[in-house]
Amino acid sequence: MSFPWAKHYEPTTDVGKWIDSRLPLPRLIYDSVGAGYPVPKNLNYFYNFGVLAGVALVVQIITGIILAMHYAPNTGLAFNSVEHIMRDVNSGWMLRYMHAVGASFFFIVVYLHIFRGLYYGSYKPPREVLWLLGMVIYLLMMATGFMGYVLVWGQMSFWGAAVITNLFSAIPIVGDAIHTWLLGGFSPDNPTLNRFFSLHYLLPFVIFGVVILHVWALHIPGSNNPTGVGIKGPQDTVPFHPYYTAKDFFGLGVYFTLFAIVVFYLPNSLGEPDNYIPANPLSTPAHIVPEWYYWPFYAILRAFTVNFLWVPAKLWGVLAMFSAILLLFFLPWLDKSPVRSNTYRPLSKLFFWILVVDCLILGLCGAKPAAEPWLRISQFAAAYYFAHFLIILPIISRIERPLPLPKSISEAVLTNAGHSVEAARAAVAAVPQPAA
Amino acid sequence: MGRLIAFLAPFAIGGVFVLALLVGAFMPRDAVTPDPTIALHKEAKEVSFKSDGVFGTFDKAQLQRGFKVYQEVCAACHSLHQVAFRDLAALGFTPAEIKAIAKKNDQPTIDEKTGDAATRPGLPSDKFYGPYANEVAARAANNNALPPDLSLMTKAREHGNRYVYSLLTGYANAPAGWAVPQGLHYNPYFKSINIAMPAPLTSEGQVEYTDGTKPTVDQMAKDVSAFLIWTAEPKLVERHRTGFGAVIFLLIMTGLGYLSYRRVWAEIKYKTKKGEVASA
Repeated sequence: MSFPWAKHYEPTTDVGKWIDSRLPLPRLIYDSVGAGYPVPKNLNYFYNFGVLAGVALVVQIITGIILAMHYAPNTGLAFNSVEHIMRDVNSGWMLRYMHAVGASFFFIVVYLHIFRGLYYGSYKPPREVLWLLGMVIYLLMMATGFMGYVLVWGQMSFWGAAVITNLFSAIPIVGDAIHTWLLGGFSPDNPTLNRFFSLHYLLPFVIFGVVILHVWALHIPGSNNPTGVGIKGPQDTVPFHPYYTAKDFFGLGVYFTLFAIVVFYLPNSLGEPDNYIPANPLSTPAHIVPEWYYWPFYAILRAFTVNFLWVPAKLWGVLAMFSAILLLFFLPWLDKSPVRSNTYRPLSKLFFWILVVDCLILGLCGAKPAAEPWLRISQFAAAYYFAHFLIILPIISRIERPLPLPKSISEAVLTNAGHSVEAARAAVAAVPQPAA
Repeated sequence: MGRLIAFLAPFAIGGVFVLALLVGAFMPRDAVTPDPTIALHKEAKEVSFKSDGVFGTFDKAQLQRGFKVYQEVCAACHSLHQVAFRDLAALGFTPAEIKAIAKKNDQPTIDEKTGDAATRPGLPSDKFYGPYANEVAARAANNNALPPDLSLMTKAREHGNRYVYSLLTGYANAPAGWAVPQGLHYNPYFKSINIAMPAPLTSEGQVEYTDGTKPTVDQMAKDVSAFLIWTAEPKLVERHRTGFGAVIFLLIMTGLGYLSYRRVWAEIKYKTKKGEVASA
C-alpha cells in the first residue's frame, strides 16, 4: 500500500515501459526505496540504523562467500585454513577482518535499531508484525553469529560451542538426546563443525528473506517517527528519494569510516586472544566467554544459582536466557499504552533509560568471571530485566498520564523550530489536504 | 476468564523469575579461598615497537636480529607452523639466502624407490616445523610440558606484543613463602606463575649480532618480540597503509555526502523561520 499522495512511477523510455508492463521491478524499487515511498519528514539520526543493518548484512554475505572459497570445514584443517586466508590469499586478511569486525558492527547497529524501536514505541499497533519479524531476524543473527565464531576452531570457538550446546542437556528427560543430536556426537567434533558451516552459510540468506518481509511490513503502515503521531497528510511526509537516500548516504559514510578504523587499526580489539590458540579438547580455558553481543544473555544464564520450586538452577538459567529474548516478542501486548513515543511518556521514558543501563550492566557481568561481586550484581540486574518487561511496563502503561501530544508531525516540527502552537496549527491547516 | 489469565500471566511469570533471582542474590556465599597466583601475577611491561600505531611499520634490521634470536635460541624447542621459509623475503633476505636457510632444515619424506621413511633438505616452501616429530616427542623431551607454536603468540595472549617481551625478561626469584615445584620456574608474567620453560635469554652476547647492535638480554627480548609480531601479523604494514587511504577516502566521501544531504533538505529543514510555512 501507499499513501494517496505518493508519487507514481511513470516510465519515460520505451524500454522502461516495455519492462514495466512485463516485470515491474523498477516500479517496485521506486515504490519501496524511491520517490514513491512517503516518509515522515521529522526522522532523526536514530532512524538511519535500519538501512545500516541491511548494508551490514550485505557486507557479511559478500565477504563470507569469498571466505568460504578458501576455508576448510574440517577439524584438522579449519584453524590453518583461516591462517592461510590471513597470509596467502590476496587481501584475505582484509576480507577476514571485515567479516569478523562486520559481525560486531552488525550487532551494534541492530541493538541501536532495537532500542530506537523501544524508545519510540515502534512495536505498537499497527506495526506489531514488523516488530515480530525484526525479532525473528535478531534470533537468526544470534544463531548465525554463534556458529560463525565456532568455524575458526580456536580455543574459544570450541569451548563456546561446548558450553552453549550443553545448555540443551538441562532439558528434563530428552535433554541429553537433543544435545547429542545437535552436536552429532558427545562433544563438539568434525560433525559439529561441518553442520555449523552448512548452517552458517544458509542462515544469512534466510535472514535476507525475512529482511524483505520486514521491509514489506514496514511499507504497509509506513515508518514510525519520533513523535509517534500518525501521518495526517502530505505536509507530514517527504519522498524517500532524494530526502532519505541523501541522509542514509551520509549515515553510511559515517558508519563505513568507523568500520574502516576498526578493521584496519583495531581488528582484534573485539575478539578474544584465546581464539588464536587452536582448539584443544583436552585443555579448558580458565575463563570461557562468548562474543560481546551475547554477554547480557550469558549473564542472565549464569545468574541462577539456586534450585527453586523443584527446578534445578541450570534449567532456570536456560529457561531465563531464552525467555529474556522471547518475551520481546510479546512486547506489543505487554505495553498497552496508546501513546507510542517516550517523548510524551515521562514515566516510561525514565524506565527506558533504567533498562538501557541495566542491559549495559548485564553485559559487563557477562564478560566477567562468574564470581563475586559480579554474580550478585548480575542477579539484581537480571531481576530488573524481567521485572521491567513483565511487571513495570504493563503497570505504567495503565497508570501513566502522558504529556499532551502534538496534533500532527508538521505541528511538532514547526513548534520545535520556534513557532507558537497556534501559528503552527494555522500553518498546517493552510496546506491543502489531498483529495480523498 | 481468558482475559483475566492473559492479564495476570506476565505478572506471574515475571514474579517467578524475579523471585528465583532474588533468592539466589540474598543467599549467603560460601567463603572463597583467594587464588594466590592473582596477587603475584603482573601486568605486561610497557614497551613500544616500531609496528605500533597508525603509521607503524616493521624495522627490517630488528626483524632480522629477532629471527637470529629465534633460530639460535627459541627454535631449539618452538616451531613456527604458519611461517614458510620463503616468507623471510619480507625481512629482506635474498632468494639465495632463503634457500640456504631452508636447506639446513631437513624435512621428513619417503624414499622414492622403497617407500621407507627418509629425509630431504628443506625447500623455501616448507615451514618452520620445529625440532619435534609430534606432540608426544615434544612432551617427552620437555618434562611433559609442550612448547607451544610461536607463529601467533603475540595475538594469542592479552597485550601479546608486550607479553612476550615481559615474559622473556620477567624471570625472578620466587618471593618468600612461594614454593616453585621441581622443574618449573618463577615468572610473574606467566598466567599460572610457574612456567616450565627455563629463562631462555640469560646473558649478554648470547646471540651474536652482525649489525653492531649491542646484544643485551633486553635488546634480544625486544628483537625477538618484534619478530614474533611479524610472524603473527605479516600483513600489518599493508593493513596500516590500506587503512590510511580507506579512511581518508571515506572522510571525503562522508563530507560530500553531508553537504549534499544539507542541500537536498535545505528547503525542508533550514528555512523554517517564524511565519514562513515549511512544507514538502
